[in-house]
Amino acid sequence: MSRPERLELEGDVYGGGFFFSAPLRLCGEYSADLNVLLYFLRLCACITLLAAVSAWAGDGLVAVPSLSARVTDLTGTLDAGQRAALEDRLAAFEKEKGSQIALLMLPSTKPETIEQYGIRVAEAWKVGRKGKDDGVILLVAKDDHKLRIEVGYGLEGGLTDAASKLIIAEIMAPRFKAGDWVGGLSAGVEAIQKVIGVELAPAAVPKKTPGSSGGGFFSSLLSSDDIAGLLVFLVIGLPAFIAHLITGLLGRLPGSAVCGALAGGAIYLLFSYLGGAILVGLVVFCLVFFLVANGAGRGMLSGWSGGSSGGGGFSGWSGGGGGFGGGGASGDW
Amino acid sequence: MRIAMLSARLWAVLVVAAGLLSGCGYNQIQVNDEAVNAAWSEVLNQYKRRADLVPNLVAVVQGYAAHEKAVLTDVTRARAGVAGIQATPELVNDAEAFAKFQKAQAQLSGALSRLLVVSERYPDLKANANFRDLQAQVEGTENRITVARQRYIKAVQEFNVGVRTFPNNLTAMAFSYKPKVNFAVEDEKAMATPPTINFGAPAKPVN
Repeated sequence: MSRPERLELEGDVYGGGFFFSAPLRLCGEYSADLNVLLYFLRLCACITLLAAVSAWAGDGLVAVPSLSARVTDLTGTLDAGQRAALEDRLAAFEKEKGSQIALLMLPSTKPETIEQYGIRVAEAWKVGRKGKDDGVILLVAKDDHKLRIEVGYGLEGGLTDAASKLIIAEIMAPRFKAGDWVGGLSAGVEAIQKVIGVELAPAAVPKKTPGSSGGGFFSSLLSSDDIAGLLVFLVIGLPAFIAHLITGLLGRLPGSAVCGALAGGAIYLLFSYLGGAILVGLVVFCLVFFLVANGAGRGMLSGWSGGSSGGGGFSGWSGGGGGFGGGGASGDW
Repeated sequence: MRIAMLSARLWAVLVVAAGLLSGCGYNQIQVNDEAVNAAWSEVLNQYKRRADLVPNLVAVVQGYAAHEKAVLTDVTRARAGVAGIQATPELVNDAEAFAKFQKAQAQLSGALSRLLVVSERYPDLKANANFRDLQAQVEGTENRITVARQRYIKAVQEFNVGVRTFPNNLTAMAFSYKPKVNFAVEDEKAMATPPTINFGAPAKPVN
């Protein structure tokens, strides 16, 4: 695309010309901050578009859409309200039991079978908690008239193949046959939740949602074993939390340096031993730089993030790292 | 003092050697090797799961379709054939035993899918809750086998690439690691198709 004249640009603020030539206009009448913000927003829009387009591109296979919400409907069957209702239901269940359930509705999985596509979705989304592998993916290929329940390793004992098949054949398929998409989906989700709810009931410790701070991880340790947890919290958690605050305020490198200096200074004041103080300062610097600052950043980006699952947002919902092994059942209607 | 110097030098040599060894991919080979073992164990695990389901399935089908002798004996025989092969992790390093194992498993796959197709002809059997559960389990297990095999194929690919590329191939040679056997392509094709049960034409009642 050729770059339009600058004069045109003045009137065409949100138009295509501005869109593509934005980085060159940093010296314009807008403040640099606003410009950068606008540029970022457009970049986001661009990526969303690309992601949507690439869902059908690639090596002839249907690409797995990126996970941003619990309910992904690529067929346009559900309206906003119905989607929100399903979302709420799934979110409430996750909050109560910790198990993540995702729903994907797409036109077709061809040329792959729904099983082949399903495991690819499962491997890409990693729904369910890491280590517990308690994720479920409900997959509907509308034009293929196929549906599948993909069950994470951890739930295979409760939501067995037979149970999944039963839910598909008895609860969902008849409603889909009658064209009652929403009814079928919500009845299916309800049945799945009922089955795995029983399984999960004894272990239903409503986990504290890790807050926006790095202390979340440590405070979850605290609840597991009170005394040891408290010790861990005091020795590691509290300093880590403070370090997280400092790096958050000052940036990663300066923050880590300040933490190191503080720790070294404290040692020097307590023991007045310069060599030890420097050593401790360096160790703390490295720890903060590589573990706290880094880990906290990652935690914030890929955390559970309960809110804002309106769809399309990058910071929406994401899988917790659950594993799948191909368990579950498929069916048609 | 001299002794201290010497031991310091020895340490330095050791550290450098360790660094070289890991630089030559020794550690990578170990990691990949273990990944292949784990993937293979999962394949065996799922095959075992299927083999365990067979007797129950045969028993239920027998109750409704006892005169489908040929299919039932096929399945039982294939099941026995599978059980007769010692499925050990070492199988991956022995191409011949691996092929034999695969053939036996493929036979069971074929026999099982024929059994399920045949059972479509018996409405009473199909309505039996026990049979439906078993059928779902067999289907699910077939899918798990496919997934486990895919993951095994990927793990072996990674291992083989690691063993064949320079400079790791020198390390592999020194420690006598050979590329591992993978599932053959024609076998893969045969496996990819049969497990799904065809609800189409042949299943229609003839009467």
